[in-house]
Amino acid sequence: MRALTWHGKHDVRVETVPDPQIVNPRDAIIKVTSTAICGSDLHLYDGVIPTMRPGDILGHEFMGEVVDVGRGNTRLKRGDRVVVPFVIACGNCFFCRRQQFAACDNSNPAYKADISQMLYGHHMCGFFGYSHLTGGYAGGQAEYVRVPFSDVGPIVIDDGMEDDRVLFLSDILPTGWMAAENCEIEEGDTVAVWGCGPVGLFAIQSALIMGAAQVIAIDHYPHRLELARKLGAKTVNYRNTRVYEALMEMTGGIGPDAVIDAVGLESHGFAPDNLYDYAKQSLRLETDRSHVLREALYACRKGGRVSVPGVYGGFVDKFPVGAFMQKGLTMRTGQTHVQKYLSGLLEMIRDNRINTTFLISHRMPLEKGPDAYRKFAFEQNETTKVVLKPGMEARNG
Amino acid sequence: MYRRHVRRSNGRALAAGVLGVVAGAAVLFAARNMMRGHRRIIEPEDAPRRTWRRKGRWREGIFAGRTITVNRPREEVYARWRDFAIFPNFMENVRSVTPLDQTRSRWVVEGPAGSTVEFETKIVEDRPNELIAWESDENAQVRNSGRVSFRDAPGGRGTEIEAVIAYDPSGGAVGRMTAKLFQRGPGVQTRRELRRFKQLMETGEIATAASRPAASHG
Ligand SMILES: NC(=O)c1ccc[n+]([C@@H]2O[C@H](COP(=O)([O-])OP(=O)(O)OC[C@H]3O[C@@H](n4cnc5c(N)ncnc54)[C@H](O)[C@@H]3O)[C@@H](O)[C@H]2O)c1
Ligand SMILES: [Zn+2]
Ligand SMILES: [Zn+2]
Repeated sequence: MRALTWHGKHDVRVETVPDPQIVNPRDAIIKVTSTAICGSDLHLYDGVIPTMRPGDILGHEFMGEVVDVGRGNTRLKRGDRVVVPFVIACGNCFFCRRQQFAACDNSNPAYKADISQMLYGHHMCGFFGYSHLTGGYAGGQAEYVRVPFSDVGPIVIDDGMEDDRVLFLSDILPTGWMAAENCEIEEGDTVAVWGCGPVGLFAIQSALIMGAAQVIAIDHYPHRLELARKLGAKTVNYRNTRVYEALMEMTGGIGPDAVIDAVGLESHGFAPDNLYDYAKQSLRLETDRSHVLREALYACRKGGRVSVPGVYGGFVDKFPVGAFMQKGLTMRTGQTHVQKYLSGLLEMIRDNRINTTFLISHRMPLEKGPDAYRKFAFEQNETTKVVLKPGMEARNG
Repeated sequence: MYRRHVRRSNGRALAAGVLGVVAGAAVLFAARNMMRGHRRIIEPEDAPRRTWRRKGRWREGIFAGRTITVNRPREEVYARWRDFAIFPNFMENVRSVTPLDQTRSRWVVEGPAGSTVEFETKIVEDRPNELIAWESDENAQVRNSGRVSFRDAPGGRGTEIEAVIAYDPSGGAVGRMTAKLFQRGPGVQTRRELRRFKQLMETGEIATAASRPAASHG
């Protein structure tokens, strides 16, 4: 089959690799019809996530048709159309039972689990196409994918809703939703959202649906801010505006009741010395993205809520623990418990209560994957979300 | 005596693939004490001895101990572990374990360069739903012992399994060969094996990132 593989920093290729097969009883094999590139994939593309190996197949946002099912799976059958969560979860362990799927104990293979246990004190669950920290599973930017525990994760789409409307159930829609949920929004609340990438945009939409009185979106790309404004958010361009001062003035001097960091620490590596040096640079450094977390904690009102969907991997220097403690803030974060949100969100898509297609800027054949990565990484203003279609004819040029 | 052996084996070299391998008689005895260890000291201290800063006679390389919680009832967990024949499913280097009678089993373990090592073990203590302990035959080429205890996890969270494994760091030709058998530290190995056992118990399969069958353990 054809698959998009990682070979190093800014080096991804479409190659021919062996087709996957059923390995475990609860597996399914999915023929991919649509697969997206995520902001998280850019961390891999930029080479800042350790434990990647040349040839690893990328992609964790995908959907398609079931073409083979293991004998232990009675839920799916061939021909089913499914969206697959990026989180691989067993459904049986302590964490899955309480719907904390991204904390699943059993989906990261035993010997790979040691790496994250060493880094974080506890091992992470398995993800598709996201380094060997999270299991080294082959990803979905390919023609076929092996999906473990497929009787738990994938949600069946049985009413012919087109791919573009449901694809983002795999990650960014539940991620934006959970980010807003973690804000515990109350009547009259202002929610400030840093980052108007796909995650931030879905967080904005979710916060408004959950009843936020006002959502303030912060970014520096005019086009992305424009999308946020169309959703109903007020916007702040941090290139032109001092964010803390603006937020105070836009909230009657109180500060936002809840803040969302939908940026993360993506430009940082994991090496402690690298992080330390970087953090020692000016707090105002624009490319220093841990700046967002500091700014969010600083701006958040007393007793407010801090929600962090943005990905962090290692250490942050100058974490404002004083502001955190003295203002009595609450922080909630984590990889998204995708499975928990699927059916509720699917219903909202079906009822047109949530718009999932407005952010797609490009639809391209899988063969054009390397181009797509380049666009998403270096033309962020215009390239808001790329969907790759393995079945689509690759045109010349 | 222990000190000398440990230095020679240099910890890493002794890494073991079986849930335990290779133990002299004195070590077997010590393994039992290590498990009880913390109950016998004067200063109040509830942490198991293997986690102490000053371990006394406990040495990684001779002993490995790990605890894991399995979200299944104690009776079921005990019964699965009592079936030694399933060990190869979750123990990396164990090719087969064949029960010979109620208490004795024959183990075939992968050795260096495709070779295999065989030995017999017998169950020396068996308290249903509480504890299983085994030791290798006295004249086994590869000597080992293990004690696995089962207790209810609090709040209905299943069963806590504590496994303590003893290894014989004996020298000579056999010792050198044994050292080559196992590539990893016994602590790490034990943790991985317990994880796989947990996966098997909770999900019915062992997680692997392999894209096609035939690749072995995850
Ligand atoms: N928690 C999860 O499960 C989960 C799931 C998916 C993605 N993520 C993470 O969420 C984050 C966002 O993902 P995305 O797909 O939207 O990425 P993206 O790269 O498309 O968007 C990030 C946005 O942040 C903006 N930004 C950068 N610095 C900023 C600053 N100082 N202030 C305000 N905005 C700033 C960028 O301009 C960009 O528009 C990433 O870190 C990603 O890894 C987390
Ligand atoms: Zn993603
Ligand atoms: Zn689980």
